[in-house]
Amino acid sequence: MFGDYSLGDLGAIFAMQGFAGLILFSVYVLMALGLAIIFGQMGVINMAHGEFMILGAYMTYLCSSFFQAHLPSLFPAYFFLAMLIAFLTSGALGMLVEWGLIRFLYKRPLDTLLATWGLSLILQQAFRSIFGAREVGVELPSWLIGSVQVTDSIEVPINGLFVMAVTTLITVGVALLIYRSRFGQQVRAVMQNRAMAGAVGIDTEKVDRYTFGLGCGIAGVAGSAFTMIGSTGPTSGQLYIVDTFLIVVFGGAASLLGTIASAFSISQTQSTLEFFLSGSMAKVLTLLAVVGILMLRPQGLFTLKVRR
Amino acid sequence: MTSPVQALSKSLTVNDNPYMKPMEWLSLALLAALILIVLPLLLDGFRLNLVGKYLTYAFVALGLVICWGYAGILSLGQGVFFGLGGYCMAMYLKLEASSPENTKIQSTPGIPDFMDWNQITSLPWFWKPFNSLPLTLILVVAVPVVFALVISAAMFKRRVGGTYFAIITQAIAAILTILIVGQQGYTGGINGITDLRTLHGWDIRTDSAHNILYFVNAGLLIGCILIAQYVKRSKLGRILVAMRDKEDRVRFSGYSVAGFKVFAFCLAAAFAAIGGAMFTLQVGFMSPSFVGIVPSIEMVIYAAVGGRLSLFGAVWGTLLVNWAKTSFSESFPDLWLFGLGALFIAVVLAFPNGLAGIWREQIEPRLTRRIGSLRAPDPAIAPHSAPAE
Repeated sequence: MFGDYSLGDLGAIFAMQGFAGLILFSVYVLMALGLAIIFGQMGVINMAHGEFMILGAYMTYLCSSFFQAHLPSLFPAYFFLAMLIAFLTSGALGMLVEWGLIRFLYKRPLDTLLATWGLSLILQQAFRSIFGAREVGVELPSWLIGSVQVTDSIEVPINGLFVMAVTTLITVGVALLIYRSRFGQQVRAVMQNRAMAGAVGIDTEKVDRYTFGLGCGIAGVAGSAFTMIGSTGPTSGQLYIVDTFLIVVFGGAASLLGTIASAFSISQTQSTLEFFLSGSMAKVLTLLAVVGILMLRPQGLFTLKVRR
Repeated sequence: MTSPVQALSKSLTVNDNPYMKPMEWLSLALLAALILIVLPLLLDGFRLNLVGKYLTYAFVALGLVICWGYAGILSLGQGVFFGLGGYCMAMYLKLEASSPENTKIQSTPGIPDFMDWNQITSLPWFWKPFNSLPLTLILVVAVPVVFALVISAAMFKRRVGGTYFAIITQAIAAILTILIVGQQGYTGGINGITDLRTLHGWDIRTDSAHNILYFVNAGLLIGCILIAQYVKRSKLGRILVAMRDKEDRVRFSGYSVAGFKVFAFCLAAAFAAIGGAMFTLQVGFMSPSFVGIVPSIEMVIYAAVGGRLSLFGAVWGTLLVNWAKTSFSESFPDLWLFGLGALFIAVVLAFPNGLAGIWREQIEPRLTRRIGSLRAPDPAIAPHSAPAE
């Protein structure tokens, strides 16, 4: 299958596919980060995670329309505000959902799964009623359009670079928050031993609520970043939920590093295979490989050594 | 209603673990009367065929009661087994519909039309067994069960369960859908396998065929309920419940936990496969839209609404949710998803045991009291507490 290409061409193909894989990687990491917090740390299966993402995407869409109509001079910078708004709306909705639904179900994980699926159906229909069934796209500011010419045959789209930068920033921020801040310490303490954490004076209910809100907020930011490279429809969230869960499980729950490593391997495999096979077969093979590995090694790539 | 129940209950007082309790015989009789007599008399051909379609989902819900309710294994991939059973049936019917005479306008006569459209010139190897009806009938159950065996054995031996198992089964449902849609030439793609005509020369599209298939389907469903009831009442059923509630204790008592779980999962897969095959026969096509994540999780809600611990509840739940879905989507298509979503949440938060739970707590005690007052008090039956449920 390599016969038709010269060595230079092949190098360029691999570089471009590799870069496409890196963009996919960034999106996967963003999506999986929120879930890694909610599922990995809290053990809650949130099937509505994709809808929190889409909520962020719609917020970005609203922001871009608003800036275009009323503040065209600030339009180049709208995206930063949009991300903040996406984080706050999704996070607030997440905290509301935790308060109204999830907190009754911590002891029944399988039921949480069903309840959040119901929530996802409701949110989908709400999106459809409010924003219409058609997919919407945001207008990119001019500085995000175009590509950087690296060599003659390799060029790199700027919006992809931007998404990667955002991902890096958020990942570092989340890692600092979880592993270096007082809040993160409390989160980890509650997840490792709820009773003991309560005994030393941590308000476990509050920690649960903020953790869930944080995870949902990050999903919102992921959705916001997602608008840079794709359009948004009411059911877009559902397309990604399986991939996202597989990434978190494959990485080994409760390990941020594992999540990143698994997002990297899955996205690179998929984008490299996509060049040689049809898109659907690439996806099938990637997912099959992940499921196969998980059957042999259910604990995932990285495991946290905790005495239970 | 009184005399057989009474006679039966008399004979069963000697056995403290009867095959069915009197109240369960009553439930069975009610259900059988509804699907075998009342509905066929009341509904026209089109509506009856629709009910037949719903009843094929009830097979899946029934399997979920055993697998999820009793064994505690939530599978979000039952659509896979429903679909595999349905596709096996559809492949046989499609081959029969694509005889060389029927397909002589194609560039390769004798193969299904969608293969011809996709420039495939000979029948792929995995289609060949479906030329024979007996082999097809075996494969309808065998393919999904073997698939379920491989998945579940690999996972339960490694003690993967609970939410992880749910996520993996969901991923498998997604993979299979993508595969079927992507491999259009071999599977019919997104449209599925359509234009099915005859079953071994018998035209399945006529009204009389629809009627006969409805009764075959209803009969099979009652047969499956009886099998599931046997499993539930047997020692095996007790072990499943024990495993669900305290897996380690069962393991330390010397039972092979994985083996029992695999059995429960495979039984559920077999039921789903029978449902899938009957679906294909009654509805006349099979498509990937019955395989994926959404139908799989919807089938879980049927079992949840009916009551995850009740075999009869599963059938009632399926009928009720589907009836609601059809009537809602006919009049208020926008509201249906809100309704379904609210149903998921309500069932989990407010009625974890579904309709059967309401029945068991509200209606059954009164009914038992009423029946009990009609005859001499019988201490062996009167206190109606379901053991270990």
